[in-house]
Amino acid sequence: MAKAAVKKQHDGKLLEVRDLKIEATVYPPGEDPKDVTIVHGVSLTLERGKVLGLIGESGAGKSTIGLSSMAYGRGGVRITGGEVVLNGRDILKAGRGGIRKIRGREVCYVAQSAAAAFNPAHKLMDQVVEATVEHGTATRAEAEKRARALFRKLSLPDPDNIGNRYPHQVSGGQLQRVMTAMALCSEPDLIVFDEPTTALDVTTQIDVLAAIKDAIRDTGVAALYITHDLAVVAQVADQIMVLRHGKLVEWGDTRQIIKEPRQEYTNKLVSVHEIEHQEKTPGASPVLSVQNVTASYGGGMDVLKNVSVDIYPGQTLAVVGESGSGKSTLARAITGLLPPRNGSIAFNGRTLSNALRERTRDDLRELQMIYQMADVAMNPRQTVATIIGRPLEFYFNMRGRERDAAVAELLDKIEMGKGFADRYPAELSGGQKQRVCIARALAAKPKLIICDEVTSALDPLVAHGILRLLLDLQAEEDVAYLFITHDLATVKSIADSIAVMYRGEVVRYGSKSEVLAPPFDDYTDLLLSSVPEMEIGWLEKAIGGRRMASAGN
Amino acid sequence: MGSPILKLIAQRIALGILLLLAVSVLIFAGTQILPGDVAQAILGQSATPEALANLREELGLNQPAIVRYFQWLGGVVTGDFGTAMTSRQDIATAIGGRLWNTLFLAFWAAAVSVPLAIILGLLAVRYRNGPVDKAISGFALASTSLPEFFVGYLLVFFFAVKLQWFPGISTVYDGMPFLERMRAIALPATALTLVVLAHMMRMTRAAILNVMQSAYIETAELKGLSQLDIIRRHAFPNAIAPIVNVVMLNLAFLVVGVVVIEVIFVYPGMGQYLVDHVTKRDVPVVQAVGLIFAAVYIGLNIIADIAAIVANPRLRHPK
Repeated sequence: MAKAAVKKQHDGKLLEVRDLKIEATVYPPGEDPKDVTIVHGVSLTLERGKVLGLIGESGAGKSTIGLSSMAYGRGGVRITGGEVVLNGRDILKAGRGGIRKIRGREVCYVAQSAAAAFNPAHKLMDQVVEATVEHGTATRAEAEKRARALFRKLSLPDPDNIGNRYPHQVSGGQLQRVMTAMALCSEPDLIVFDEPTTALDVTTQIDVLAAIKDAIRDTGVAALYITHDLAVVAQVADQIMVLRHGKLVEWGDTRQIIKEPRQEYTNKLVSVHEIEHQEKTPGASPVLSVQNVTASYGGGMDVLKNVSVDIYPGQTLAVVGESGSGKSTLARAITGLLPPRNGSIAFNGRTLSNALRERTRDDLRELQMIYQMADVAMNPRQTVATIIGRPLEFYFNMRGRERDAAVAELLDKIEMGKGFADRYPAELSGGQKQRVCIARALAAKPKLIICDEVTSALDPLVAHGILRLLLDLQAEEDVAYLFITHDLATVKSIADSIAVMYRGEVVRYGSKSEVLAPPFDDYTDLLLSSVPEMEIGWLEKAIGGRRMASAGN
Repeated sequence: MGSPILKLIAQRIALGILLLLAVSVLIFAGTQILPGDVAQAILGQSATPEALANLREELGLNQPAIVRYFQWLGGVVTGDFGTAMTSRQDIATAIGGRLWNTLFLAFWAAAVSVPLAIILGLLAVRYRNGPVDKAISGFALASTSLPEFFVGYLLVFFFAVKLQWFPGISTVYDGMPFLERMRAIALPATALTLVVLAHMMRMTRAAILNVMQSAYIETAELKGLSQLDIIRRHAFPNAIAPIVNVVMLNLAFLVVGVVVIEVIFVYPGMGQYLVDHVTKRDVPVVQAVGLIFAAVYIGLNIIADIAAIVANPRLRHPK
């Protein structure tokens, strides 16, 4: 009753952020700590029951702005200016106790990784009802009843008993939905969704997205939906706010932003970044031939079942599939990290021994790898020159000036200047780090590079640049790629042939044009139809037209 | 409770027993390597070769070491530790009372120090990097940095000599009234508490701080929980394994490491008993005490391992 009165009192306006300024102290290596401004005077308003999408690349300040609606600064971030008016009062002036009464009651939070955001030591139900009971808005029994109704609404399996499980006992997609139920349980006025589907497989993302959208509509809660994926936010948001470097770029209705963007930056985000890639016909003999490979970890279940693929010199084979489909295991089998139990691997006309330690130095040199997480694939205490120079020393015995010249040449190839040679990985951006990893792989003059989700951790525009670079290098060096990814847009841009993997098996394999042309098998159809399109109403259409449910939801 | 957890626990216990057997071999072998034997020790410098031979025959020292080891082990398993050479007393009886004294002292030292260390650790995390945290850490580190004999003598000097609140010598006897007994052990128990407190408190603080970095702590914070609730409800359950580990190490120290404290306070426990008989080269007693200390140590570590296994929800509730 009281709540309804409050709602009327503030005539529809739930959240008003005025001239928000947020700062943090950074500790650059070798320099004195300094304060940097992360958000420069951003303002926004959100009406009751509406969804505002906050979008931008990493470092745009989207999460920081979203969390400011809970007066929370993550990792030492400080709100230094402006007002955050929620339900008619500035919560920045509420004091510690006052803010605690707002968090979990008026505003709730759904994190990117529910797997990390749930406490492993407690049952799901205890965590879902905790805020509700803590704030005394309902008794424990009422809250549990409410939670079970929400589990049912979010189409979780066995809604009456799933609360008795521990976080590790349910899948990632289910956890994400339980977290949404947790946010809805205390019947807040506002929920902050912070990239809630980014960590999920495309086939799972679509279900979670639909569940979140229905829940928002049915409960009438307002939401700030933070994501870097415009196609996703276009499905749920009424309005979209584009942010860059902590500043507002453009703010408007969803339709206007994706159909008639007024700013050039928005236009760049909205336009499709597909690279026109002419498919090459297979050559005479493959550089790598994987024949009937079966492998398992520690004698357990087979994670690769009778896999056969070929890669031709200077061409790209894309391996696609959801997590757990065996993509990365295939890479481990080829590199010898996981010796296959059955089958053979031929490389450049010779049979590779299964075990890594029996391979010759040339075998190792000609087969290089690039990883998803560029920052953990480099020694943080070595400079770029040392990192790139290491394979030159190891494989070609280069020293001194000769090596430095080769490093400079490689830096040039990855479109980074000589100035980067003396930098440390921590001083590079995500895209630059990945470029250094590419240069390190190229330094060995390989015949084949295995690229394991190399663009997945990068912002779309940066990823686009990396793909272009990889294609240019392929044309120059005639190197073949085994390109592992779950992202079908990337596949279209780079592949000559495609292998679709599902539960350890190759379910579809052939040239790009064959694989991407109908008729599709059920799994490929699901995979293709799950890729979000920047189209209002795509979600409903895609859900309606599906032939099989995704496995990992 | 699934079977994997029972299997893991059974494995730990089996491993512990195996370890104890290995230690018993080491203890036995160690005493064999020492020059001279029991017969020589008993008879001393003036022994005639005949007397030595007779005594060896009598004590069964002529048999090969391996046979004597198994005889000794068989005795130990049935609770017979043999007789002390010097006093000719049954070792098991002599140890019985002393072990009880040591455990009594260790129990009260633990009853004070373990909760105190954990509460101080929690408080240090709650007020981390502030004056409270620094005061707690400073006090705890200072008390650990001082050698235990020094702490012991300080306590004696102030509380026994100057203030005369507690006796400086902790004499206890059978049938002593409980309160008097507590008064007698007040100073050694305090000294032990001060010695082990800092280690447990610092580890509690570090383990919880480590957990405080987790994403689920942020979730709890964004639910509007108070700092103390977050630490108590969300951080502590996930820090139990490392905390139990260090607590058990310190409990083991309270039992086996009290030698110095017992000597300072002339407390009739295992430590003092061990020191007495080492000086007299009473090998059977040293063997028995060594084995009991090892058993306590291994047993407490098994408990720590089991606690860590049980505290892990992934093992308690398999998929």
